[in-house]
Amino acid sequence: MELTQNDKKSFLEPLFKNNPVFVQILGICSALAVTTSMKTAITMTLAVTFVTAFSNVGVSLIRKFIPGSIRMIVEMTIIAALVILVDQLIKAFSYDLSKQLSVYVGLIITNCIVMGRAEAFAIKNAPTGSFLDGLGNGLGYGCVLLIVAFFRELFGFGKIFGFVVFKTVQNGGWYVPNGLMVTAPAAFFLIGAIIWIAKTFNKSLQDAE
Amino acid sequence: MKFKSLQRALDKAGSSLFAKGKPLSFLYQLYDAADTFFFSTNQKTTGSVHVRDCNDLKRAMFTVVLALIPCALFGIFNVGYQANLLHNQCGAVPGGWHGTFLLWLNGQCPGLRLFDYTSVLGCFLYGLVYYLPVYIVTMIVGIFWEVVFATVYKHEVNEGFFVTGFLFPLICPATIPLWQVALAISFGVVIGKEIFGGTGRNFLNPALVARAFLFFAYAGQITGDKVWTAVDGVSKATPLSYASEGAQAIVGAGYQWYDAFLGLIPGAVGETSTVCCLIGAAVLLTAGIASWRIMGSMFVGGMGLAWIFSLCGSNNPAMNLGPWWHFVLGGFAFGMVFMATDPISAAQTRLGQYIYGLLVGALVIVVRVFNPAYPEGCMLVILFGNCVAPLIDHFVVEANVRRRMKRLQAR
Repeated sequence: MELTQNDKKSFLEPLFKNNPVFVQILGICSALAVTTSMKTAITMTLAVTFVTAFSNVGVSLIRKFIPGSIRMIVEMTIIAALVILVDQLIKAFSYDLSKQLSVYVGLIITNCIVMGRAEAFAIKNAPTGSFLDGLGNGLGYGCVLLIVAFFRELFGFGKIFGFVVFKTVQNGGWYVPNGLMVTAPAAFFLIGAIIWIAKTFNKSLQDAE
Repeated sequence: MKFKSLQRALDKAGSSLFAKGKPLSFLYQLYDAADTFFFSTNQKTTGSVHVRDCNDLKRAMFTVVLALIPCALFGIFNVGYQANLLHNQCGAVPGGWHGTFLLWLNGQCPGLRLFDYTSVLGCFLYGLVYYLPVYIVTMIVGIFWEVVFATVYKHEVNEGFFVTGFLFPLICPATIPLWQVALAISFGVVIGKEIFGGTGRNFLNPALVARAFLFFAYAGQITGDKVWTAVDGVSKATPLSYASEGAQAIVGAGYQWYDAFLGLIPGAVGETSTVCCLIGAAVLLTAGIASWRIMGSMFVGGMGLAWIFSLCGSNNPAMNLGPWWHFVLGGFAFGMVFMATDPISAAQTRLGQYIYGLLVGALVIVVRVFNPAYPEGCMLVILFGNCVAPLIDHFVVEANVRRRMKRLQAR
């Protein structure tokens, strides 16, 4: 199967140029909630990427048969089915992690990125392109999640993936954990900083003065 | 004249080195800062007539610094006094490098009476050993960020930071580690001010942003009862933390009302003395720098609510604490005089200033009374007030527009 120029574009653009988090400002809620550690962030990334990619495929396959007036309900059903699947998988294979992620896996249903891509892309494009678009958006979201989680876990706990990098004072080391990093506002500051950097390097994102 | 030659040298350097197209033009902002620091600008207005006054931003800022000096001097003395009081009571000694230095200094010149709480000079020098490093780190780190942003974004380095840099050490405990000072003031200057475009465009008070950063980032170290006195291993709570148990508990802990009024209580460096805050208020109001509307309405709002609470006769002891106690404890007076009146982040319209002051004053009392876990809400409440100030102004302006539209239609 040959990938067209458009397919490549729909995969690559959401990674940076049209990133769902720091350009479109979508999916912020879960980006605040699950980024206190790398482990939860990576699980969330995989879950959202899976759901976005396959819900896009599902919507795209039946796009010609869905009546316009009920299309959102149909899209929602597809998304919900996939989210439940992911939720059950995490619960079955990694119960501790599902405890840490708590409601946020279930809340992928309401993640604006998933519904947004179904409505904006999959409903009028072929399955291959839709799949790549979903993959790109999920990974674009995940990149931001991982960057934020990296800084929050490192400075908030002195760890990366649970491994000690900076030994904290409580454990006899030298590092004083920064309590702000553990709270949700830190994710706001970090996402804000990412937006700042992105806008500095990509002039087309800057607001017209 | 010596000054003439300095002026000529600066002007010459400006045109030959820092002007556009010259080798050091990327450092123009630094040159400009130095030039305007020594002399008033030689730029002339062109076109229609403008009123010019020497009371510019620079002078306004330095008036605030002047008003802060009583608080700072007394605060420095009080740091030493509180520590020496404990030293006298239970022989506690200062810890860390401060302690090593103080003991060495005391050995070198015993005449300074560093560890004698009856010696004003001794206490002052003791406090200075703690205060000065905090102040120096604040200024170096803060000015570094100011210059970086001024150079990159091509705006003036201006004097706003002198006030921020003077305020910030005064609202920290004297024992704060210096790396935390550096981190906090970086956060305050960059996130609280520079990303919005520098002095005059910040909607939050940068000194309070820095302090709030410390409060959330290092809550375990910055709050509680270990940090307020500059000796090792002795815990002494601020009188405000007894407020939830009522006035008897405060007096029982050994603090009379006039101690708190004069400022001879443990606390952040500069905010303990209500007298010095009132002197500062007099300076600011006489010079016309701070808004008397904000100060007055915050006083009325806070004291009024405290008075209403004390009339309720509830079984919450903090509610029965009279307004005269609330005024002298914690950061209320300091926040009212120096923080809430910040002309950039406070409300701008006249009616808006009354609303803003009442809101902030009343909320401070609400937080103190109903949240005993965190009695000192002054900092967060003023930040909250900063956030809603533009909204208050917006509605005041809109109301005015509506009133005038009505008048227009009636005609």
